[in-house]
Amino acid sequence: MLPTVSPRRMAFDRFVSHKAAVVSVFILAVLVAFVALSPLTARYGVNEAVQAPPNYFLSPRANAWLGTDDIGRDLYSRLIYGVRVSLIIGLFSAIISVAIGCLIGSVAGFRGGRFDDVVMRVTDLFLAFPFLVTLLVMRSMLGAISWLTPVIGELSSVRFIIVLFAIFGWMGVARIVRGQVLALKEREFIEAARAVGASRWYIVRRHLLPNSIGPIMVALTFSVVSAIIGESTLAFFGYGPQAGDGATSLGILVGQAKGAVNTGFWWLALFPCLTLVTIALTINFIGDALRDATDPRMQKDG
Amino acid sequence: MLRFVLRRLAWAIPTLFLVTFLVYVALRIGTNPVESYKRINPRATPAKIQQYIEVNGLDPNYVRGYFRWLVNFVTLDWPRSIKGSREVWPQLKDALANTLRLGAAAIAVGIFFGLMLGVYAALRPGGRRDVGVNTAAFIGISIPPYVSAILLQLLFAVYWSRWFGSTLFPTSGVYPPGHTGFDLWLMLKHMVLPVSVVAIQIIAVYARYMRSSLLDVLSSEYMRTARSKGISERRVLFKHGLRNALIPVVTIAALDVGSIVGGLIITENIFSYPGMGKYFLSSFGEGDFPLLMPWMVIIVASVLLFNLLADVSYAWLDPRIRLE
Repeated sequence: MLPTVSPRRMAFDRFVSHKAAVVSVFILAVLVAFVALSPLTARYGVNEAVQAPPNYFLSPRANAWLGTDDIGRDLYSRLIYGVRVSLIIGLFSAIISVAIGCLIGSVAGFRGGRFDDVVMRVTDLFLAFPFLVTLLVMRSMLGAISWLTPVIGELSSVRFIIVLFAIFGWMGVARIVRGQVLALKEREFIEAARAVGASRWYIVRRHLLPNSIGPIMVALTFSVVSAIIGESTLAFFGYGPQAGDGATSLGILVGQAKGAVNTGFWWLALFPCLTLVTIALTINFIGDALRDATDPRMQKDG
Repeated sequence: MLRFVLRRLAWAIPTLFLVTFLVYVALRIGTNPVESYKRINPRATPAKIQQYIEVNGLDPNYVRGYFRWLVNFVTLDWPRSIKGSREVWPQLKDALANTLRLGAAAIAVGIFFGLMLGVYAALRPGGRRDVGVNTAAFIGISIPPYVSAILLQLLFAVYWSRWFGSTLFPTSGVYPPGHTGFDLWLMLKHMVLPVSVVAIQIIAVYARYMRSSLLDVLSSEYMRTARSKGISERRVLFKHGLRNALIPVVTIAALDVGSIVGGLIITENIFSYPGMGKYFLSSFGEGDFPLLMPWMVIIVASVLLFNLLADVSYAWLDPRIRLE
């Protein structure tokens, strides 16, 4: 008798065969562990100077592994705190935008008609715009509507950034889910479900969404990356979060790099940039491997 | 064909009005133009402020205000900027010219190398060079432009001169400070770094598009038919393969060209390049409504125009797509 292999097992095997993704999972796990254990791994507080002045712009050395910034704070510890804020922003806004995107995308794909037309036109237009312009205009608009402030927080709070990226991020997800639903809609098992009298909502819940779990997972990973990169882009231009008491974010640290370039404080530019690229690259690799794993038709070699 | 174009135009024009209206409302809520005017010109008399509200269409009623603004805009009666009361068009024109030059160079370089790499990778799928191109493109996509810009700047602004004693590429502006007149060589030298930053991304994206598009085509039935007719492999590849693989790529390229006008904000900011991006960031930071609205109209119009071009080119290149 042939050994039976479950689809889940096959997907897992395909994922593991993607070497870059396995390495990425490992690197990301180490990174998350460092961030989660920040009381142990960070050597100084967010705003703590490494030594008495003169302590600014020290190059990497024993008491500041990655050097210090303009007021003598340890870059290594600040990176850990910064990544924490960035990961929180990425994760939460991705989850919210995937939830909204699934809902709207599946309804648009399943019902079709006028609703579908309008939603897809709107998302097309939004996605065609330069994303930084859209983000900045939406940010200033949401910040100016005073009755929204209790719900979505102050303009520079982390909550506000999460809401901003959730509002912006659902559109890409909705498009993917809609495509998937359109493809599944005509399949026999959906027809069978409809034939035995299943309600629309039941079909969406029991058949369409579970069968779209692969693309949804992929969309989730890519939303995390785009929120993290988006946050650092905003912070880079000075529109980012001011997380509470002088806490920091990856974007703020990368933004500082801009001022450090011409003076040759290379560590201030290099390490935040490397961290950002590492995070973006590892999550992207994982997303890529997930796509290969959950969609066997889209094999790498065509 | 003409009917198709006309119908899409008939759709694009109302969209243009609708989107500019939304932008108008968003900017009015977000930047509060009247307040910004008072902030920049603290000694403005009430009559001046009233005049500013008049010429910019800042009526408390958004719809009436928008039409007021629209009439002034269409009749080219553009209000002056709130800071220094400068004329808008000369600034906007310069910014647009600089951005178009940068964007055109980056797109030309990026698409050319991207397509070459994509074809190079697709010819031996799964081979070593395919994996190499794919991985490199993946890394290229994952690196945000300001990271590559900062690292390039660090290298060329500081360390190159420190190591080799001379600067190779300047890292800011179009010309050195104080320079007047036109100098092609200097201009090109200033463009090398910003163009590379943008081109890296474009190369990575197009290498992937081209590769997957060509792979799709190569595995199709008509390629087998072409081969079985006894046409040479070269001719099969170029005449049947590449031409068909380029169809979706052309469409995407049209969309990208449309978004390049506003899409260089990050790069322009880092290299202090006086284009549309710098124009937007500075006028947005000051809430300069008279400067912002024409900028937005140009962005919206170019996005819509190139969307239209993408549709038309797709229908024109691929006869299987019916225009209805």
